[in-house]
Amino acid sequence: MNPEMLSNLFVFVLAAFVGLEVIQRVSPLLHTPLMSLTNAISAISVVGSLVIAGEGKTLLSTVLGTIAVGAAIINIVSGYMITYRMVIMFKKREPKKS
Amino acid sequence: MSESIIQIIYLIAAVCFILSLKWLNTIKSSRRGVIVGVVGMLFAVTGTLLQPSIEYFTWLAIAIVLGSIIGVPLALIPMTKVPQRTALSHAFGAMAVTMVGTAEYYLNYAHINTFVMSTLSIEVLLGSLTFTASLMAAGKLQELLPSRPITYKGQNFVNFGVLGAALVLCVLLIMNPAASLSVHILFPLLIVLCMIFGVSFIMPIGGADMPTVISLLNSYAGLSASMMGFVLNNKLLIIAGALDGASGLILSIIMCKAMNRSFVNVLFGAFGQVQASAAATEQRSYRSAGAEEAAELMRTASSVMIVPGYGMAVAQAQHKVRELFDILTRQGVDVKFAIHPVAGRMPGHMNVLLAEADIPYDKLIEMEDANDELPQVDISLIIGANDVTNPVARHDKTSPIYGMPILDVDKSHMVMVIKRSMNPGFAGIDNDLYYMDKTLMLFGDAKAFVSDLIKELTRED
Repeated sequence: MNPEMLSNLFVFVLAAFVGLEVIQRVSPLLHTPLMSLTNAISAISVVGSLVIAGEGKTLLSTVLGTIAVGAAIINIVSGYMITYRMVIMFKKREPKKS
Repeated sequence: MSESIIQIIYLIAAVCFILSLKWLNTIKSSRRGVIVGVVGMLFAVTGTLLQPSIEYFTWLAIAIVLGSIIGVPLALIPMTKVPQRTALSHAFGAMAVTMVGTAEYYLNYAHINTFVMSTLSIEVLLGSLTFTASLMAAGKLQELLPSRPITYKGQNFVNFGVLGAALVLCVLLIMNPAASLSVHILFPLLIVLCMIFGVSFIMPIGGADMPTVISLLNSYAGLSASMMGFVLNNKLLIIAGALDGASGLILSIIMCKAMNRSFVNVLFGAFGQVQASAAATEQRSYRSAGAEEAAELMRTASSVMIVPGYGMAVAQAQHKVRELFDILTRQGVDVKFAIHPVAGRMPGHMNVLLAEADIPYDKLIEMEDANDELPQVDISLIIGANDVTNPVARHDKTSPIYGMPILDVDKSHMVMVIKRSMNPGFAGIDNDLYYMDKTLMLFGDAKAFVSDLIKELTRED
């Protein structure tokens, strides 16, 4: 294993711990938005897809990469939008309307 | 130089994602959380497009436009359909990951090292099984497929066999990534086997286990993205994937705890099997009432605890429930909602539905707090929930739901249950609650019955 991979492994383990710490504190009220938000964030695979599609090395890689970009964009757009829709629904008691 | 700029942009994106999840901790900061998440994603995409190796922008632009065109309507679906949307987007994410993994393998198999090949195998394994499993889950939630568990003899044996074969293929591929056999047969076979496993592993899972399974698939989708980061040597992918993986893991643990079951039991236990044995229960007597009587009792109560379940979502009754909440609150009744963690089809499902219906979130009470309050509550009104209220979970060791934490509605002074009929719930277990002296059964469709209650409550104003 070369140093680059080792440092990747470090990053992975530390990020997992940060994730566990941060997410444990999320209120159960927001578990559904949490899932749609992490869903949008994991569409970070768009980064890899863009590279594969944009380099255009072979026909296969370009086709697969392009479809992957499309799928990831669907998740980014719908994931963030629906999460926002959800979090703005949570309101405290507004002043009594008679 | 430009490479370091890209890395710094990625670092900013990673910080944005962590802040985004951190700010989701409270409702107050949650909007900020979503926005900073979007900013992070914009940084990530911009940074990537700056890479000099990217030369073909036309197809990228088309993919981005098409993706957005499909994405927007998916974000505007009604809140009752959120679980199936979530499952569907897990499928899209996993599909993207699998495709990138496949492309990467066929580009580089000639000079791939063991470590990278190992992560690539895991990426493709998790990605392809999550793809079909999530499609199945979405199909079940949308009721395109039967939502009850489908079981057959030797099912676990078959499932383990397929998964085992896939793992063996992974090992063979890792040992010999460039062999012609690997390239032409083993790699495609791995994807096919994983896709079969994805289907067969969701088949025996029933609707009520969906919260756990969706969380697990969420975790897999994240982990596979993280593995892609190892393959592409991209730390941003590793971090964002790990965050998602951790989140899915925590949610599935919470769901398992809320059902007092282990992962293994959820995945391979096929809860639905007990249904057959429940058919032979003897007739027991219960009390039922109409809307008029129920409304009269509610009017004289000083506190009402509403317990919503999946039945409320199916009947789309949440807006009517809000009207009921408003009327009772106006008449001086203290109305709250007790939310069991596994009520509905995904974590937090009930909260989102009730928030959509404009019920203030400080009236949505978690299980522990609700159980502290329930002994003082005058009326518990159960709408479309069943097993999460069944007292049998507390004392009957032979019951399949024994040990599951429940809402102690039987301790409140009076219980009302809106239900279509006396048919048992998903676990197929008769609910002792329905036969107690203080329980009134209110038969009917949740939405229709709540409307009747509202009519009765407003009529004599």
